[in-house]
Amino acid sequence: MENQIKIVIDGREITAEKGKTILEIARENGIFIPTLCHFKGADPKANCRVCTIKINNRMMTSCTTPAADGMEIENETPELNDIRKSIIELLFVCGNHFCPTCEKSGDCELQALAYRYQMMVPRFPYDFPQKAVDSSSPKILKEQNRCISCKRCIKTIKDEKGRHYFAFKNRGNKLEVVLDPDMGMEISDKLAQIAMKNCPVGSIIYKGKGFDQPIGTRKYDKTPIGG
Amino acid sequence: MNKKVIATASLAGCFGCHMSVLDIDERILDLIELVEFNKSPIDDIKKFTKPVDIGIIEGGCCNSENVENLRYFRENCKVLISLGECAIMGGLPAMRNGIPLEECLREAYLDGPTVQLNKEGILPNNEELPQILDRVVPCHEVVKIDYFLPGCPPRADLIWDALYALISEQPMNIPYEVIKFD
Repeated sequence: MENQIKIVIDGREITAEKGKTILEIARENGIFIPTLCHFKGADPKANCRVCTIKINNRMMTSCTTPAADGMEIENETPELNDIRKSIIELLFVCGNHFCPTCEKSGDCELQALAYRYQMMVPRFPYDFPQKAVDSSSPKILKEQNRCISCKRCIKTIKDEKGRHYFAFKNRGNKLEVVLDPDMGMEISDKLAQIAMKNCPVGSIIYKGKGFDQPIGTRKYDKTPIGG
Repeated sequence: MNKKVIATASLAGCFGCHMSVLDIDERILDLIELVEFNKSPIDDIKKFTKPVDIGIIEGGCCNSENVENLRYFRENCKVLISLGECAIMGGLPAMRNGIPLEECLREAYLDGPTVQLNKEGILPNNEELPQILDRVVPCHEVVKIDYFLPGCPPRADLIWDALYALISEQPMNIPYEVIKFD
C-alpha cells in the first residue's frame, strides 16, 4: 500500500495512486473540476487558473498540483465557483466573444463554462480589443480577438518531424498565439480540423466549413459541460 | 391583483428579442391578463403615461438617441431588464467597435459596393439626426440595469419565466437549456 495515498475532496475520501495530479484523481472519480487550458496528453501549464481549488485553505491549480497524502481539498464551494466564474467573465471581456456570430458557438468550452456557472453578464467592462485576424493560411482562420492564450494548439498541433504549427509572439498584453506563416500554407485538412477541435474557443477556425450543426444538436446545447 | 405595467424599447438591435416574446405562443393570453403595456413599439405609445414596473430593453447604445431613450426608461421604470446579447454586450452592432467610425461611415455611404445615389459624397451630418457613438456600448455601461436575460434571441421560455417570476414575486427556476448566448 506504499503506492497509495488518501485525499479528501469536498468531504469525500478518495484513495488514489501516488504521483497523480489532483485534477487527474478528481476526473477518475467522477468529480468535475472546470478546465480550459488543460488538454489530456499534453503537459499542464496552469495558464487559465480556472481549475483553482483550495488545499488546506490555500488556492492552488488542480492541474499542476500533485496529490499528497492527507490533503483536504475544497472544490464545489460558492467561493471557488465565484472565483472560477470571475475568471470566465474576465476572459469574455478581454476578447471579442460575439457568440451569435461564432462558428464554434455551442461547441465552445468557454461558453459552456459560462452556461454552467450561469453567467448572465460579466462583472467587468468590455475591452473590445482590435487585434488583426490572420487569414493567410488556405485552411485556417486565426481570429486573435477570441484567443485566450491557453497554448493547447501550441502543445498539440505538430508535424511528423515534431515542429510546432503555432507559437507565442510578443510579450505581456501584446502576447498572441500565431500560426507559422510557412507551415500554415501547407497544413493538412485533417490537422486543421484537429486544431479547430482542440481550441477551447473559436480562435482557430477550419476554413470553408462552419455552422454545419443545427442549433439544439451541438455539444453543449442540452448537456452541461462536466455533466 | 393590479396589473403590472410593462414598457419595452428596441435600441441598437434587430427587433428579434421582441419577436421572441411572441414565441411564448398561447401564454400571451395569460400575459395580457397579468400586465398592461405602456411605452413600447408593440402598442406605439411614444411617451410614458404612468410609472412603469418593468422596463425591457433590447439592443445596446450605438447613438445619442439610444442613450437618451435608455436614460428616459431608467427614470420611469422601477425595474430595468437587458434583454438579449446586444443589450448585454453590444452584440452584432458592436462588431464595428474595432473599426474607426470614419471608416464605417465611408464604407456605408461612400465606398460600399451598393452605394449608387450619393453622387455628392455626403455623410449624414444633419443636426436632426442622432450622433453616432465612437463605439457601441452595452446598456449597463450607461445606466443601472437590474436583470439580464441572455440569448440571441433569448428563449421565449426564459422571457416568460423571468416575467412571471417578477410579476408573481416568486424565485425563478432556470433550466440549463434556456440560457444560451446564441
